[in-house]
Amino acid sequence: MKNLLPILTVVAAIIVLWYGAAVWLNAPWAYDKAQRADVTLSTSELIADTWSQKKPKLPAPHQVTQEIWKTTVEKKITSKRSLIYHSWITLSATLLGFALGTVLGIALAVGIVYNRTMDMSVMPWVITSQTIPILAVAPMIIVVLNAVGIQGLLPKAIISMYLSFFPVVVGMVKGLRSPDHMQLDQMRTWHASGAQTFWRLRLPSSMPYLFTSLKIAMAAAIVGAIVGELPTGAVAGLGARLLAGSYYGQTIQIWSALLVAAALAATLVAIIGLMQRIVLKRMGMAQ
Amino acid sequence: MIWLLAGAIFWALGWWINVRLAAQPKSRMTSLLVPIIFGITLLIIWECVVRGLQIQQVLLPAPSVIAARFAASTSILWQDWVQTVVKGMMSGYIIGCLAAFAMALAVDRFKFLQRGLLPVGNFAAALPIIGMAPILVMWFGFDWQSKAAVVVVMIFFPILVNTVQGLQASDAIQRDLMRTYAAGYWKTLFKLRLPMALPFIFNGLKIATTLALIGAIVAEFFGSPIRGMGFRISTSVGQLALDLVWAEIVVAAITGSAFYGGMSLLERKWTFWHPSQRS
Repeated sequence: MKNLLPILTVVAAIIVLWYGAAVWLNAPWAYDKAQRADVTLSTSELIADTWSQKKPKLPAPHQVTQEIWKTTVEKKITSKRSLIYHSWITLSATLLGFALGTVLGIALAVGIVYNRTMDMSVMPWVITSQTIPILAVAPMIIVVLNAVGIQGLLPKAIISMYLSFFPVVVGMVKGLRSPDHMQLDQMRTWHASGAQTFWRLRLPSSMPYLFTSLKIAMAAAIVGAIVGELPTGAVAGLGARLLAGSYYGQTIQIWSALLVAAALAATLVAIIGLMQRIVLKRMGMAQ
Repeated sequence: MIWLLAGAIFWALGWWINVRLAAQPKSRMTSLLVPIIFGITLLIIWECVVRGLQIQQVLLPAPSVIAARFAASTSILWQDWVQTVVKGMMSGYIIGCLAAFAMALAVDRFKFLQRGLLPVGNFAAALPIIGMAPILVMWFGFDWQSKAAVVVVMIFFPILVNTVQGLQASDAIQRDLMRTYAAGYWKTLFKLRLPMALPFIFNGLKIATTLALIGAIVAEFFGSPIRGMGFRISTSVGQLALDLVWAEIVVAAITGSAFYGGMSLLERKWTFWHPSQRS
C-alpha cells in the first residue's frame, strides 16, 4: 500500500500529459475550422474545442470514457455495437488458446525433462520458434484454416496457443528440474516409482514457476487473439473494432477498444495472480 | 502413397540417429547436430506429406516450392527487407533502447519515481500494446516513421523494467567500496552499476528483438507504402500466393533468429563473468 501514492502520482501525470497532448495534436484542426468560419479562437475556446472534436487525432480521456460507458452499459449485450459483445468474442478465443497452449506447454515440458533425445532436439526449436514473428503470419493461418473449413473460434485460438505455449514450456522445464539431488535421493530411498516422484515431488515443486509463466502466457494469448481478428474482415472482436476504427478514422472507437483490451488483460492476469496466491498458500509454499 | 512411406521412413531414421546421438556424452558437436537433424527431418516429412496427400498449393506449399520461389524473387524480398527491417525496425529499436535507458537512469535517481513507475511499467508490459499500431500509423503517416514509432512503444517498457532492476543489482557493500574510493555518481554508474546491470539489460534487449520485428511487420497491416514485409504478406495472402508469403516468413525467421543470436553473442562477450555464461 505504501506504493499507492507514487502510483497515483504517475497515473495522474499520465492523464495530465494526455490532456495536454490532446490540445497540442488537435489544435491544427481546430484552427483550421475557425479560419474557415472566420472567427478567432480564444485560448479557452481552443481548449474546449480540442477536447470535444468528433474525429480527433487524440481523443481526450473523458471522451474515451464516455464512449466506453455508452458502448458497454447503455447498449444491449447482444448488440453489434456493444463492446461487451466484442470483448466476449476476444475473451473466448483467448481462453481457449490459453488452455490449449498451457496443456501443450506442460506436455512438452514433461517430455523434455524425462526424455534426453527430446531435450536435445526439441528445446532449441522451441526457442527458435519464438523468433519467428507468428503475429505476422497470423493472416495466412486464418485464411488457410478458413479454406480447410475451420472457422470462427479455433484459428484465433491456435494463434493464441502458439504465443502462450512458449513461456509455459520454459517455466515448466525449469520448475520440473527445480528439486535438487537431495530431494530426488530422498525419493529414491523411499523406493518411489517414477510416477510417484513426478506427482509427489516434481509437479508440486514446479507450481511457483508454472504460475509465473501462466501470467506471461495469458498476456501473450490476448495479443494473439486480437491480432488474429485483424484479417478476418473485421467482423467481430476487439481486434475487428481496432481495424474498423482505423479504416473510418474513428479514433475514439480505437481508443475505447484499446482500453477495454487493456482492462481485460489486467483482469485476467490479476485472476491468475490471485489463484497463485491461494494455491501456493494451501501448498505451504507462499513466500 | 510412396511419398507417405518415404516420410515415415525418414522420420524413423531421423529419430533413430538422434536417439543414438543423445546417448553419447554431451559435446559441442552433438548438441549442435541433434537439433539440426530434427529440423531437417521435419522439413522432409513436410515435403513428403504435402506430395503424398496432394495438398493444394494454396493451402500449404511444399518446402521445395518455397525455396524455388525464394530464389526467384530475391529482389522483392530484399526491397521488403530494407523497408521493414533496416528503416522501420532498426531505427525504432535504437530510439526505443536509448529512450528506455534515459528513462531508467531518471527513475533510478528518484526513489519516488521508482515506486510509482515500476508497477505502471510492469502493468504496461502485459498490455496488448500492438493495438497502438493503427493510432501510430494515423499520427506518423504510412512510411517507416510510423513503424519505428510502433517498435519504440512496444520495446520501451520491457527494457525500462529490466534496466531499472539491473541498476539495483549492485550490493550496498560494493557501493560503499566505491564511496571509499571517492567515486562520484557517474563513476560509480559506469564502473560498478552499469556492468552489474548488463545481464538484466541484455535480457530486456533480447526480449525486445522479437517484439521489434513483430511490431514493424504488424504495423504494416494498417497501411504502408507498396513495399515491406507486412505489406507483402497481407497482399499475397489476398492473392493466395502462399509461396511468396512463406518466403517472407523464412526471411523474417532468419532475421529474427540472427538478431536474437547476435544479441546473445554480444551478451556472452560482455557478461562473460556472469554465472549463467560460465558453464
